Amino acid sequence: MTQATSKPRNADTARLSDALPNETLLKWLYDMQLIREFEARTMQMYQQAKIGGFCHIYSGQEASAVGCTAAVNHDDPIVLAYRDHGHALARGMHPAACMAEMFGKLAGCAKGKGGSMHMFDKPNWLFGGHGIVSAQTPLGTGLAFACRYQWEVMETAKKRVCLTFLGDGAIDQGAFHEAQNLASVFGIPVIYIIENNGYSMGTAIHRHTANCDRLTMRGESYGIKSIEVDGLDIRNVYDQMKPLVDECRDLQRPGFVDLKTYRYQGHSMSDPQKYRTKDEVESFKERDSIANLAAHLMAQEDDGGRGCLTEDDWNTMQKDIRQIVMDAVAFAEQAADPDPEKELSTDTYALPMKNLSPSENYSHGTKNPLL
Amino acid sequence: MMTTAYTPDMSLITDDVHPALGHWELPHFAEEHELPPRDGAPGQERVIQFREALREAMSEEMRRDQRIFLCGEEVAQYNGAYKVSQGMLEEFGEKRIIDTPISENGFAGMAIGAAMMGLKPIVEFMSWSFSLVAADPILNNAPKMLYMSGGQWGCPIVFRGNDGAGGQLGSTHSWCVEGLYANIPGLKMVIPSNPYDAKGLLKTAIRDPDPVFFLESERMLGDRAHVPAEEYYIPFGRARRVREGDACTLVSWGRPVNFCIEACEKLAENGIECDLLDMRTIRPLDIDSIVASLKKTGRVVVVDQSWPFGSVASETITQICEHGFDWLDSAPVRVNTRDVPTPYARGLEHAYLPNAERVVEAVLRIVEV
Repeated sequence: MTQATSKPRNADTARLSDALPNETLLKWLYDMQLIREFEARTMQMYQQAKIGGFCHIYSGQEASAVGCTAAVNHDDPIVLAYRDHGHALARGMHPAACMAEMFGKLAGCAKGKGGSMHMFDKPNWLFGGHGIVSAQTPLGTGLAFACRYQWEVMETAKKRVCLTFLGDGAIDQGAFHEAQNLASVFGIPVIYIIENNGYSMGTAIHRHTANCDRLTMRGESYGIKSIEVDGLDIRNVYDQMKPLVDECRDLQRPGFVDLKTYRYQGHSMSDPQKYRTKDEVESFKERDSIANLAAHLMAQEDDGGRGCLTEDDWNTMQKDIRQIVMDAVAFAEQAADPDPEKELSTDTYALPMKNLSPSENYSHGTKNPLL
Repeated sequence: MMTTAYTPDMSLITDDVHPALGHWELPHFAEEHELPPRDGAPGQERVIQFREALREAMSEEMRRDQRIFLCGEEVAQYNGAYKVSQGMLEEFGEKRIIDTPISENGFAGMAIGAAMMGLKPIVEFMSWSFSLVAADPILNNAPKMLYMSGGQWGCPIVFRGNDGAGGQLGSTHSWCVEGLYANIPGLKMVIPSNPYDAKGLLKTAIRDPDPVFFLESERMLGDRAHVPAEEYYIPFGRARRVREGDACTLVSWGRPVNFCIEACEKLAENGIECDLLDMRTIRPLDIDSIVASLKKTGRVVVVDQSWPFGSVASETITQICEHGFDWLDSAPVRVNTRDVPTPYARGLEHAYLPNAERVVEAVLRIVEV
């Protein structure tokens, strides 16, 4: 295994995240636990056949979505692959909208038309989960191209960056190489975050990509600033991401991040996980990002902690979150199905016209619940 | 459900355009009789090439709207592989006229991302044949974005370039993509046959909030005709009657319309007058005009420069049967390219493509002389 090898930092070393207020780190803990709990219920609902299709669980990788999101501004666009529930929640999507989408309900973030792999949230600048591996990398490059264009040509926006998340399986796709080349040639402020969980579906990284110990060489070969990040420690994710984000924003240049992480569940809900051992999974659970952050927040300052969270607080937080997710499930359960008569042929064209189709008479449909 | 602070200004949303696009300024789509005359007054003709008409459409719109940019291979410094964008770099600068690497999957996907973010890209494919390596972004992302985001993001983008046989370019460079791409809901498809329409339709395409696939022909870029200097927008989904007649309805689009004109002239010598409709757009497809003509002629020949199996011609004929069966006096006939890969040799390529002789022959098969 090549995962997460960086050494624990000396507690005395000043860290960027040390300057953040307690509330911020408590919010990180909250968001990560929300994702963990949400995904646990998602699996349950999938097993009960309340959720259909493909469903990819984010548990274990929470520090990536929450830590990276914390390093950018709210109006910096984000685009994702199909393992997207965690990022949607980290970006602020209401859990009920996310769960209702997976239930295929009209109140879902995409009115039940997207599903687990297509979480879109316009108010939160979340440009979707995308199902085809690496398809989102040119899209993210384009989002960032537009950011620069709106700043430089139109002068209607300040400098922004786009975070483009992809898995380690996506780095083998041609689209990603084309995207990196464009980003570097054009000076596009896109940051590619490879959530490197060590597996491309069931194929271990050393079996699917060349030089897998030094992925940053890929980015560097395109003239892109490239860093390796221990993605299991959220404070470390922030510490390393924030300067990179600031630099890419300032210089309007792309970035490349090999963020080493681990997923606790299979690739999708139908994965028997024959390709890895239980011991391997357990070894990563010992370094769990949520448990570690909670321990840090509970430890006293003399021990290098923050002393801002008690055991009781933490239990209460977990209980509250459990309730919020149960409420989201209850909401999704009782929410209305989209009416095929009203919704099947809507949202197909922004400007519907006569004779666009031999079978459909397109119209706009109901307003998206997030708008 | 929790509401967020984001509050789009619904007062700006017109009834015509999906709320996903927010404020969207639609031009006045003229009826045919409101459009400027197709022929210039004697001595006042403004005869320009097809490629210049395209350039004029893009430049006029780019002067109006800073969100529009043009990207593609060789569009800037080289002045366009086919000189469509000649001089545009000088006027609009390198930030808006953008040379891309030979990387269709990458730059098409990039442009789609930019469109989602609120820009209005025009993507030039040197040839639509090259768009095949960009199939995922242009087919799987652009036309589906509005739908799979539940109406949160549209994709206002124009893809344009040369479609069809260019003249002995061989199998891989001679694609007619309409047969493949017209299958996909969420996109609009425009195939102009002459410079006048090219300008008016491309301007409409740029102003349209949906992904528009705009198919030109290398063989027509040098065609010359009167094109008014003024701005005009030709609405989608309105066929133009090119010739009037009552013997047979001829339906076509793009370059083969010109073969049909030639065929009509030959047929007229024998007293056979055809009703020739130039569809101009495939999605939407003006089936109403076809049926109206069919009521007069009772016979129809569809001429399409793509392969016959599952083609736009087959779709058109299906719709004719659905909507005009009662008026058919004979089975509808299609003239497509022959069902083989595009050959290189001049004579083989000529035999492969629809041409005036094949159209004449098709009409004579069903018209009682």
